[in-house]
Amino acid sequence: MEHIISVLVENKFGVLARVAGLFSARGYNIESLSVAATLDPTTSRITIVTIGDDRIIEQIMKQLNKVVEVLEVVDLTETDFLDRETALIKVHTKPEHREEAVRIADIFRAKIVDSSLTTYTIEITGDVDKVEALINMLKPLGIKELIRTGRIGIARETTRTASPRREPALLKS
Amino acid sequence: MKITGAEIFCESLRREGVKTVFGLPGGVVLKIFDVLCQQKDIELVLTRHEQGAAHMAEGYAKATGRAGVVLVTSGPGMTNIVTGLADAYMDSVPLVAFTGQVSTDLIGNDAFQEADNVGISRPCTKHNVLVKDVRDLAQIIKEAFYIATSGRPGPVLVDIPKDVSTARAEFRYPEKISLRGYNPVIGGSKQHIRQAAEEIMKAKKPMIYVGGGAIFSNAADEIRELAEITQIPVTMTLMGLGSFPGTHPLSLGMLGMHGGYWTNMAMHHADLLIAVGARFDDRVTGKLSEFCPEARVVHIDIDPTSIKKTFHAHIPIVGDVKAVLRQMNIMLRSMDGNPAKIRASRAPWLKQVEEWRTAHPLSYKQDDKIIKPQFVIEKLFDLTKHEAIVATDVGQHQMFAAQYFKGTKPRTWLTSGGLGTMGFGFPAAIGAQKAFPNRMVLCITSEGSFQMNLQELVTCAEQKLAVKIVLLNNGVHGMVRQWQDLFYEGRYSASLLGKMPDFVKLADAYGIKGLRALKPSDVEPVLKDGLKHRGPVLMDIHTDPYENCYPMIPAGGAQHEMMLEDPPELNRGKKGGTQKRKVDEGDGVLPA
Repeated sequence: MEHIISVLVENKFGVLARVAGLFSARGYNIESLSVAATLDPTTSRITIVTIGDDRIIEQIMKQLNKVVEVLEVVDLTETDFLDRETALIKVHTKPEHREEAVRIADIFRAKIVDSSLTTYTIEITGDVDKVEALINMLKPLGIKELIRTGRIGIARETTRTASPRREPALLKS
Repeated sequence: MKITGAEIFCESLRREGVKTVFGLPGGVVLKIFDVLCQQKDIELVLTRHEQGAAHMAEGYAKATGRAGVVLVTSGPGMTNIVTGLADAYMDSVPLVAFTGQVSTDLIGNDAFQEADNVGISRPCTKHNVLVKDVRDLAQIIKEAFYIATSGRPGPVLVDIPKDVSTARAEFRYPEKISLRGYNPVIGGSKQHIRQAAEEIMKAKKPMIYVGGGAIFSNAADEIRELAEITQIPVTMTLMGLGSFPGTHPLSLGMLGMHGGYWTNMAMHHADLLIAVGARFDDRVTGKLSEFCPEARVVHIDIDPTSIKKTFHAHIPIVGDVKAVLRQMNIMLRSMDGNPAKIRASRAPWLKQVEEWRTAHPLSYKQDDKIIKPQFVIEKLFDLTKHEAIVATDVGQHQMFAAQYFKGTKPRTWLTSGGLGTMGFGFPAAIGAQKAFPNRMVLCITSEGSFQMNLQELVTCAEQKLAVKIVLLNNGVHGMVRQWQDLFYEGRYSASLLGKMPDFVKLADAYGIKGLRALKPSDVEPVLKDGLKHRGPVLMDIHTDPYENCYPMIPAGGAQHEMMLEDPPELNRGKKGGTQKRKVDEGDGVLPA
């Protein structure tokens, strides 16, 4: 099963190599990986999407915790969380397809962030289903190049007032 | 006042109480060596190869419980200690390795003797750091010793560029440290400890299974107390030997691939397993799906990753073995602790174990023609009155030593378990002898392993360390030959060593006493003579090249399905292969 593991680490030389090396040395998968500094410049957040059964995920969590520079490990999949990914998709646009490309982008509330005589570059942010759906819609037009950031995730606040996606349920509880 | 990085290095080591450093100089560490030779508190043991330095530091650390310290140069100096680091990482040996690095302005330029020391050592160290600023050096050294020796111990590498060792800074050694991401759990969950104690009281066929963690945690007394108050038999892994007296009636000796028949049978039939600082290694479990099928499992370990890594645990207890057992023993005593009653209830189980022990004890047949390796180890065990520190190499001799040298004290059994490093034993013995110059230190080795680090003979002689090398010379890589006989139809691919040096002359060349035993009647006189000698001795003992080590669980086999003796169809070396065996008079290889 797929898990999104959020790892808070010290923002030091070699830490990413140690975390990534741990996955390769023990034969764990990395489906996607994203890293950036947090609000506190001495720490960074690594978000790793990985696949494994319960035993492997438990080992991954423990092994990550064992790394000296790792400060916190959370399996977001175990919590109520939000995840997002951004993709930049450069599609071929023959004259007869330019309208269609704009329409598809609109449906997904994606933005055209660059254009040339023969291509559009479309930016999309959303959960993985939305990004994949857009990619599938654009495929018939011909995708020239595709870049994805990998997923990032954040736990939902338990005391939140409302969230557009789950409004009805929340109002009840 | 500002002092140089090299002086900060020495001062920091002094604050850590370091007395001995094992190492070898080179270009980028000259400043540090220059400062070292101008002070008296820290002694440098100059080895002849960096690998020797790393294993000596391991031997020193295993025998003392303190961190072993290594100091080597950049590039090849560092790459030569990688085996030692990997060995220490596998066996949880506290080691602090200082490596030189090219100047910070040259890093990444493929400079002379440059290697990516932190990159290379990352997967085989508990932690490693490149020091980029001399002002951080003292703090990093303090942290290195703390990380190496606390929690589950392990090797830490500190990489010091040349300009950091010459730059100056104020010296302030931190009193204490706190690391945001590193806080080993010590106590263990009270609730789980209580559950474990309750399981122990209920169990009919319990076993205590002790690993190397018990040695590092100094838990020998607690294990003995636990075993005696509950009358539970104790088995030890290769790394755990010495944590419980091998001569104790409740000791079942080593378990696993070459463990006793009675030990593995007891494990297989146990209804409760109390795993203490052990990690269910494949050499212990054999086929996992058939390992201890009836047992409830209590697993105590300071390293959470060891728990449920390969085998399930019903009651996991993360904590220091000593601290956990101390609490558990108190609880057990307060429970229905009538010793007579416990003894009576345990009697059937202990009787069953004894039946297994009598049915298939360890055995070998010593005739008057050819020396059996087991015979040598048994003699050694008797002659040293069970009191020596024993360092071994890897292979058949190691397993025979584990079976027949029933050590009674922790930190007297130094062996390479996890990594299985041939070449470990002799330098490790030197390291232990350096720590304890007045104790008897034996190196039980074989011609194959010994030749991997024999350059340290000169270090041993120069340091006037009275290591007694007992070299079981059978002219073959014995364990490889055994497997080839059993599983490769006797084709001896590269296991016969052919030409052998004259080890007595070799010892002589290094100014070390050399002795030789060719027949069984030589063994006792040679051992007595060697053990009595005041300096280092090399005893070249020619043993049977065809002796196999039993019991044996074939790799991947189930623990209760042991081979107890040579199978009748065993066809030694008869099925071809291209290797011709050289049988030279006096070179250690005896004719078949």
